[in-house]
Amino acid sequence: MPQTMLTKRIIPCLDVQNGRVVKGVKFVNLMDAGDPVACAQAYDAAMADELIFLDISASNENRPILIHVVEQVAESIYIPFTVGGGIRSLEDIRELLKAGCDKVSMNTGAIQDESLIASASRRFGTQCIVLAIDAKKEDSNTWRVYSHGGQKPTPLEAIHWAKRAEKLGAGEILLTSIDRDGTKDGYDLDLLKRVSDSVRIPVIASGGAGALEHFYDGFVHGHADACLAASVFHFGEFRIAELKNYLLRRGIPVRV
Amino acid sequence: MIVVIDYGMGNLRSVSKALEHLGGKVKVSSKAEDIDKADKLVLPGVGAYGDAVGELRNLRLFDSIKAYLDSHRPFLGICLGLQLLFPRSDESPDTIGLGCLPGRVRKFKSPGIKIPHIGWNQVCIKQKHELLRGIPDESFFYFVHSYYAQPQDDAMIAGTSTYGAEVFAAIVAMDNLFATQFHPEKSQSMGLAILKNFLQW
Repeated sequence: MPQTMLTKRIIPCLDVQNGRVVKGVKFVNLMDAGDPVACAQAYDAAMADELIFLDISASNENRPILIHVVEQVAESIYIPFTVGGGIRSLEDIRELLKAGCDKVSMNTGAIQDESLIASASRRFGTQCIVLAIDAKKEDSNTWRVYSHGGQKPTPLEAIHWAKRAEKLGAGEILLTSIDRDGTKDGYDLDLLKRVSDSVRIPVIASGGAGALEHFYDGFVHGHADACLAASVFHFGEFRIAELKNYLLRRGIPVRV
Repeated sequence: MIVVIDYGMGNLRSVSKALEHLGGKVKVSSKAEDIDKADKLVLPGVGAYGDAVGELRNLRLFDSIKAYLDSHRPFLGICLGLQLLFPRSDESPDTIGLGCLPGRVRKFKSPGIKIPHIGWNQVCIKQKHELLRGIPDESFFYFVHSYYAQPQDDAMIAGTSTYGAEVFAAIVAMDNLFATQFHPEKSQSMGLAILKNFLQW
C-alpha cells in the first residue's frame, strides 16, 4: 500500500502596515505590489503552503483596516493563513478569526499575560493559536526572548518559554532568530533544533533564509516542521516551485 | 438552500465563501428551523469535541442535525464535523456525539510525531464516490487535527492518510453522508473540486 506522508511547509510572510503590504511582492508583475489581496493570490498560485500576515502598524487605531484586509484575503485564497501583530485580548482574536483567518500569532501580548494563551486555546482551539518567539543568543545554551518586535529583552529564555507555551495550549511555535533576521546567513540551527526537540507541537523556522540549502538545513538539521521566509520570495530570488523541487531532489517531502 | 451550521467553533466564513464562489446559495445559520428546511447541510468546525457537543446542545441544534442525518439529504462534515458523527472521542470520554456512525475518535499516539497534525498530506482514495469525481489518487489536502475517527467498519472509509505509524480515515462516506478530516476549503483546487461535487450531489 502506498504510504502517504505529512509534507514540510513553505510559508511566505508578508508585513502589513495600515492595510498595505510593505516590501511588496515583486516576483510577479503585480499592478499593485502593496495590495494584500493581490500578493496573497500570487502566493496561492505559486504553491505556498500557508501565508502569514504580520501587522506592523504602530497603533491599534488601524485595527478596522486590518480586519477589512483579513476579510478580503479570506475571500480570495484557498490556503490557510495566519495573522499576527498587536494581539492583546480574546476579543482581538475573535475579531480576526471571524474575519476569516485560520490562526492568530501572539507575541508581546502573550509575554505580558501568559494566561491569554490558555484562555485563547480553550476558547478557539489549540490549532489556531500560534506563539511567536523572537530570540537572541546569549551563550551556547541560552537564547533570550525579546518583546515589542525584538526591541525589549524579557526575563524569559526561549526553550523554557516554548515548553511553557505548549503546556498552556499553543498549537504551534513560530521561532525567529533576531541574530539571523535579515542576514540571509541561514536559520539559527542550534536554536531551532533545541526548541523543536523540546516540544511536541510543530515549530516554524524564521529569520535568516537566503539560499535554497538554508531550507534544507532548517528541516534536516533544525528539525523544523515549516520554514518561513520573506524577502527571498518577495524579490523573486527563487520561486517556491524551484525551492520545492530542490527539496524533493534532496529527499524532503513537500507538496508539489 | 445549503445551510452551513454556525455553532461558534472556528472559521465558517471560509467554507461558506468557498461554496458561494462555486455558485452555491448558502445560509450560515444556528437555527434549528433552517436545518429542518435545508436541501444540503454542512457541519464544519475546529476545536474540541466536548465543547462542540455542548454548543450544539446549547443552541438546541443537536436533535435537528440527527433528524437531518436520518432524512437521506446530502450532508458534508468537515474536520470536527466528521468526528462528531461518531458517538465517542478520546478527547472527551464522557461526551456522547451525534453517533450516527459506529466507531470511535482516537488521539494520534505514534512516538516522535508532532501534534497537532498540521499541514498538507496525501489521501489514498479507497472508494469511488461522486464527491471524489476528478480527484486523482494521492492528491494533497490540508489537515489540522490531533484526533481521528476510527470507524467500526472499514467499508465506511473512502480515503486514508498516514501520520507517523498510523493510517487513519481521511474521508468517511456512507449513504447521504460524506465527511473529510481535512479542510477542502483550505486545499486549493482539489478541495474546491470536492465542494463543487457536493453542490451537484
